[in-house]
Amino acid sequence: MNNTSTLNRRHFFKLLGSGIAVAVVLPGWMIAPKETADGPTDLASWIHIGENGKVTIFTGKVEVGQNIRTSLAQVVAEELRVSVETIHMIMGDTDLTPYDRGTFGSLTTPTMSPILRKAAAATRELLIEMAAEKWKVAANELSAEEGKIWHKKSGKSADFASLVNGKQLLRTLREEEPVTPSENWKIIGKNVHKINGKDFVTGRHVYTSDMSLPGMYYGKILRPGAWNSTLVAADTREAEAMPGVWVVKDGNFVGVVATSPDLANQALSTLKAEWKTPAQTSHREIFTHLSEKAESGGGRSKNESGSVIQGMTEADIRQKQIYQLHYIAHAPLEPRAALAQWEGDKLTVWTGTQRPFGVRTELAQLFQIAEEKIRVIMPDTGSGYGGKHSGEAALEAARLAKMTGKPVKIVWTREEEFTWAYFRPAGVMEVSAGIKKDGTLTAWEFHNYNSGGSGIRPLYNIPHQLTEYHPSESPLRQGSYRALASTANHFARESQIDELARSIFMDPLKFRLKNLSDERLLAVIKAVAEKFGWEGKELPANHGKGIACGFDKGGYVATCAEVSVNPVSGQLSVLRIVQAFECGAIINPEHLHSQVEGAIVQGLGGALFEAIQFEEGRILNPFFSGYRVPRFSDIPPIEIVLLDRRDLPSAGAGETPIVGVAPAIGNAIRDAAGIRLMTLPLVPDGVVKRDE
Amino acid sequence: MELHINNQTYDVSLKAGQSLLSALRDELHLTGSKYGCGEGQCGACTVLLDGIPMRSCIYPALSAAGRKITTIEGLAKDDQLHPVQQAFLEKEALQCGYCTSGMIMSAVALLKKNPAPSRQEIITFMNGNICRCGTYNRIVDAITLASTKLNGKDHE
Repeated sequence: MNNTSTLNRRHFFKLLGSGIAVAVVLPGWMIAPKETADGPTDLASWIHIGENGKVTIFTGKVEVGQNIRTSLAQVVAEELRVSVETIHMIMGDTDLTPYDRGTFGSLTTPTMSPILRKAAAATRELLIEMAAEKWKVAANELSAEEGKIWHKKSGKSADFASLVNGKQLLRTLREEEPVTPSENWKIIGKNVHKINGKDFVTGRHVYTSDMSLPGMYYGKILRPGAWNSTLVAADTREAEAMPGVWVVKDGNFVGVVATSPDLANQALSTLKAEWKTPAQTSHREIFTHLSEKAESGGGRSKNESGSVIQGMTEADIRQKQIYQLHYIAHAPLEPRAALAQWEGDKLTVWTGTQRPFGVRTELAQLFQIAEEKIRVIMPDTGSGYGGKHSGEAALEAARLAKMTGKPVKIVWTREEEFTWAYFRPAGVMEVSAGIKKDGTLTAWEFHNYNSGGSGIRPLYNIPHQLTEYHPSESPLRQGSYRALASTANHFARESQIDELARSIFMDPLKFRLKNLSDERLLAVIKAVAEKFGWEGKELPANHGKGIACGFDKGGYVATCAEVSVNPVSGQLSVLRIVQAFECGAIINPEHLHSQVEGAIVQGLGGALFEAIQFEEGRILNPFFSGYRVPRFSDIPPIEIVLLDRRDLPSAGAGETPIVGVAPAIGNAIRDAAGIRLMTLPLVPDGVVKRDE
Repeated sequence: MELHINNQTYDVSLKAGQSLLSALRDELHLTGSKYGCGEGQCGACTVLLDGIPMRSCIYPALSAAGRKITTIEGLAKDDQLHPVQQAFLEKEALQCGYCTSGMIMSAVALLKKNPAPSRQEIITFMNGNICRCGTYNRIVDAITLASTKLNGKDHE
């Protein structure tokens, strides 16, 4: 048994108290450099079995509704040969869990899940070795089943607790651990219900916004009138005179703290402030702005093969088109919230964030204190969708708590969440393409301005191609989002592919099949076409069908949509969405289905009507009454085909299933009404109109 | 001021203009009802007043005095889940769970009014509740399942 450093060992056992028996520690090589570029590399996940036999898993990943609490527990339960219910998961607590860069990029399933799986297999083998030693038998005569180690020959068995028996052991993970082959899986690949589901349906689960501490106060922040404003003057005298109210001022930062939320709101409303705001771009000029302000010189994520000029020369038909998309908001139903408490120089913050360790760094920088003095805890949170990578509320609560010496809770209003969080970037995509008369793609040139480079490279066989992402100057604060730019890039690419097929009167499905050879992508396309009934489907008048496909983050997706467009009013109805998805071996089919379904529904919002309107740094629609999100009545029948590839490692599924929705619907509108829509959202008023 | 919540009487001092949601969450620490928008648009704060679903974030707490208030905390009896709660678990009709309390309360009100709603009736009744995770079709399935179970029980 290899020991890791004594410091880590001591730290680990100290944290977990007495009775710790087995810990599995990772060597540095296990962890992808990307995951730990700015963190320690020796401890990435821990499994431990207590004297009472209880299995505890520690991971820095966090739960925001994607159900990794369940899927990670399944993987561990499989390898330890215990039931899922016996597993206790500790997630996203910077004092208890190993460093983790964050829960994003569909990385939990491809990176954390295999680590925990190997760690669990190693723990199982360790328990077997302990039993072999105890019974003086060969380890290969022993097996683990139903939470016990068995010696079938003699009929002996021992539960984990009796083997552990107060010993403190550490074991370093090896590159090869005896993980269970997929044909023997009993828990992986099965539908296990959300493991703490009962807490949610009874209202017992405590989100950050539900928390309270004895003597806790409530904070509110004075917000500027607009983005990029600077505070000229603030009159806080009235609030300062209110009993039970404290005012905190620090440059542009002005906040109030009060003994109740209502009092805090009341105090906030008495503040009088003057702000200076520079002239800023509005949503009406955004696309010109992004194109003009793009970084000069070469783009990023540039990929070039062959010569586009030559490819265009070889082409019989050439097309050039510009696509664009507006900023949208994540609008997680739980707005940002944090509760901060100082005990001497030690700070504890509970907050809903996808990056608890990142928030700890933000806090350490703000207060100029060591990260060890800060503990960030992430209770299972009311969603994120890439929108909660940052720690705004945590920083605000910690500042107010420090200045008042009391625990302070901050819960953002919906308007604050819509205004002061960050947005999925707007973008402009320029596509030029060339094909031969028989439908063979010869040239592809694709530029994305501002929205990003993910999913930008086509999987089509194109001998001459150039793809490039050009960062630009965003008038609004922008950041991550479910699949981020992959939606924009797939929308532009798959719309253009559709137009190219139409230019030679070729069926868009056949056009794709002709120009693709990636077997996994072809498999989802064929699966979706079959389920949808693409071939020979007779549609009523004013109905249309559309198809789109793509790949990102290890997942392959193909989507079909059927729509109708009223020939008089232009009113659009999405009648049906069918999607096939493949991301390797499926860990939990029902939860995967739910992720795919959720991505399609969220994708519908961005495809059809979601858009942030802004002017002079002000968000004009920061409410659910002004920013339309999908509701029950917007959801068409959704049919999902999941392809299970047990021979392949599992990839994440939270993001890629969103990318096909917009282009499939856009292509179906083109089919129904003869109109190509090139801007997302496609129908902000529900009506199909030609782009101006 | 007395509030009758989940068959218990709470003595609470309410301020003029205080919302019922604020009274529940901040005064009584019944945090199962959620704040989602503060304008009655998302339904996360839904509670029942004499069996009628109300958006507690815009409903004055003072007006709730003397009425029978039911929140998500009052739905399960002695840890026995309400059939709607059970159906949400069975159909996996939640992801992050933040909308779930409001969804379940609205669904309970619907089934009280209409024990066997059609799919379209469910959609129409529930349309004021937002699920950002997009589990809408699952919620419709869960309500249909709960309806079947409740009606089965009625005939016993």
